[in-house]
Amino acid sequence: MAPITIDKVTKVYPNGFEAVHELELEVADGEFMVLVGPSGCGKTTALRMVAGLEDISGGTLRIGERVVNDVSSKDRDIAMVFQNYALYPHMTVAENIGFALKLRKLPKAEIKKKVEDAASILGLTEWLDRKPGQLSGGQRQRVAMGRAIVREPSVFLMDEPLSNLDAKLRVQMRAEVARIQRRLGVATLYVTHDQVEAMTMGDRVAVMRAGVLQQCDNPQVLYDHPSNLFVAGFMGSPAMNLFEASLGESASSALVGSQRVALPESLHTTRPALRSYANRPVILGIRPEDLLVEGDSIPTGSDYSPLEGDIELVEALGSELLVHFTTDAHRVEAEGAREADAEGLNAGSLTQGGEGVARVEPRAQLLAGRRVRFMLNPARLHFFDATNGKAITS
Amino acid sequence: MARTRARKGWHRYLNGVTVSTTAVAIFVLLPIYWLIVTSFKTPGAVGDNPPQYFPNPLSLTNYQVAFSQYTFGRYIVNSAVIAVIATFLVLGIGTIAGYALGRLPMRGKYPILLVLLMISVFPEVAVVAPLYLLLRDIGWLDSYQALVFPYTAFNLPFAIWILRNYMLGIPKEMEETARIDGASPLKTVWSVILPQALPGLFTAGIFTFTACWTEFLMALTFNSSNNYRTIPVGIALFGSQFTVPYGTIFAASVVSVVPIAVLVLVFRKSVVSGLTSGAVKG
Repeated sequence: MAPITIDKVTKVYPNGFEAVHELELEVADGEFMVLVGPSGCGKTTALRMVAGLEDISGGTLRIGERVVNDVSSKDRDIAMVFQNYALYPHMTVAENIGFALKLRKLPKAEIKKKVEDAASILGLTEWLDRKPGQLSGGQRQRVAMGRAIVREPSVFLMDEPLSNLDAKLRVQMRAEVARIQRRLGVATLYVTHDQVEAMTMGDRVAVMRAGVLQQCDNPQVLYDHPSNLFVAGFMGSPAMNLFEASLGESASSALVGSQRVALPESLHTTRPALRSYANRPVILGIRPEDLLVEGDSIPTGSDYSPLEGDIELVEALGSELLVHFTTDAHRVEAEGAREADAEGLNAGSLTQGGEGVARVEPRAQLLAGRRVRFMLNPARLHFFDATNGKAITS
Repeated sequence: MARTRARKGWHRYLNGVTVSTTAVAIFVLLPIYWLIVTSFKTPGAVGDNPPQYFPNPLSLTNYQVAFSQYTFGRYIVNSAVIAVIATFLVLGIGTIAGYALGRLPMRGKYPILLVLLMISVFPEVAVVAPLYLLLRDIGWLDSYQALVFPYTAFNLPFAIWILRNYMLGIPKEMEETARIDGASPLKTVWSVILPQALPGLFTAGIFTFTACWTEFLMALTFNSSNNYRTIPVGIALFGSQFTVPYGTIFAASVVSVVPIAVLVLVFRKSVVSGLTSGAVKG
């Protein structure tokens, strides 16, 4: 067991493409670190560099105290789970799990014992004599996990291990993988494009985009305080509503489309930097659950501001309603965020104009075609610099 | 307007597909039937007019003659030794080359593949004469190696192509996993790649074996001594100046077809999947 230290690690391909740019990341011993981002953001390349499957062009990679830049995969003491599991089809489950141990020339009895232990942790005991072809997707996934844990490595690497499972199984395995990781307490680097997996599984989540680390923190901090537009748009489903807005005189209000949202004094005490954006354009971010309607609890005497919109579509999910609405404000797309919206909830259908999504209480009386008045808690609003997309936090 | 006239009895099977399939089958199988039937006729009945469509009496004389009067047994041994050694050489080299061309990052893969393809369609006749001179100079005429090495060389390109395509179909992660598990490259090929490439190996093996087993021109040119003759040459040289022992030739031909037929029957599933790999990734 050992921490992983990724220090300014860069990957440049021979054709000059820089897949990973000076990545700095530290995975503590026993920590579950999720590397998340849209496809092509360099997360898998980063993982493969840690695995030793990809050369490191620059920077230092340490596992424990040891610099492993030039150490071959097999000597790094790592185990990796691949998206397609890469089970050996001609070997039984037991042989698959025990292959690495056999290569290490452990005595047969010991291999058998370790394989059986791993199988019992994963509930695979009765399948040990089967070939992978006879197993279901979930079972194959478990075998791949078994192959990793049987070796008792100091580091686990997982490359989208749940992507090939159907939705229900994925939710189930999500919890299971996290449970096994906690139980074994091995530093884990887990790559996914699914921000729900990232939120639910990671002790910490590192968001990458175009080879550059955007933000790395625990999931709730990422969600509540995204450091830029990209992270704001990427984390959360449905995605954060982002509108072009301009702050008024002394930044006491924001003009969103033709509507004026009052920004109370309390906001400026927590975020004084907002003052310097007076009379300037910003991007206003509102989480879908921060758009409140009648029926949601709004504290009396609060300084909430209204925002109106026309309801286009109401999706009832049972536990909540997703209200798609339009305003005359201009919607901003966080680049790459939409394609990565794995749940697909707000992908597709409604794309033009200033549409937004609200997540409201399921019994709210809302009908498509009506006008709706949302209440906004100013403290929960997000502001981003319109030129560089950075969050205005201080 | 749907025409759904239910057909009863054997009429059900009377349609374009079955009729044309049957026609093709007869066209292909009739000579083979004739070969087998003739081999069991008495030598005297072989040339009968009208011919016997079924041999009467059934006779094994032709077979006895092939093995006793001529040294057909010797030819079988020669062919087997040469074809088996050449096949193993082809598979051994072909596997390594196919793996390298399919999987390893290397320069000039495509030129190499193109050259291989060109070699595999190269006419044999063009190299027979120079090869003869070469083999004469190094004293290899009338030997097994005189055929083993040319056969290996001629069949290797096709085998490499088949094996390469097969290996392309094996997921890369398979090797990467093996690598992380601590397997050396050779160990990876041996215990991870080869078992999955078996259908490809069978296919390449059967094609190579068949080609070696039936090759005529080089066998005739390089090995003129009776001791090193292979089956095709042996059969062709049956008889003497004045007689052509058709019955014996037919009997020997039947015997020589048997191993190939058995091989194909045993491995037919693998052969089909070997030939279609790459087209349909499984």
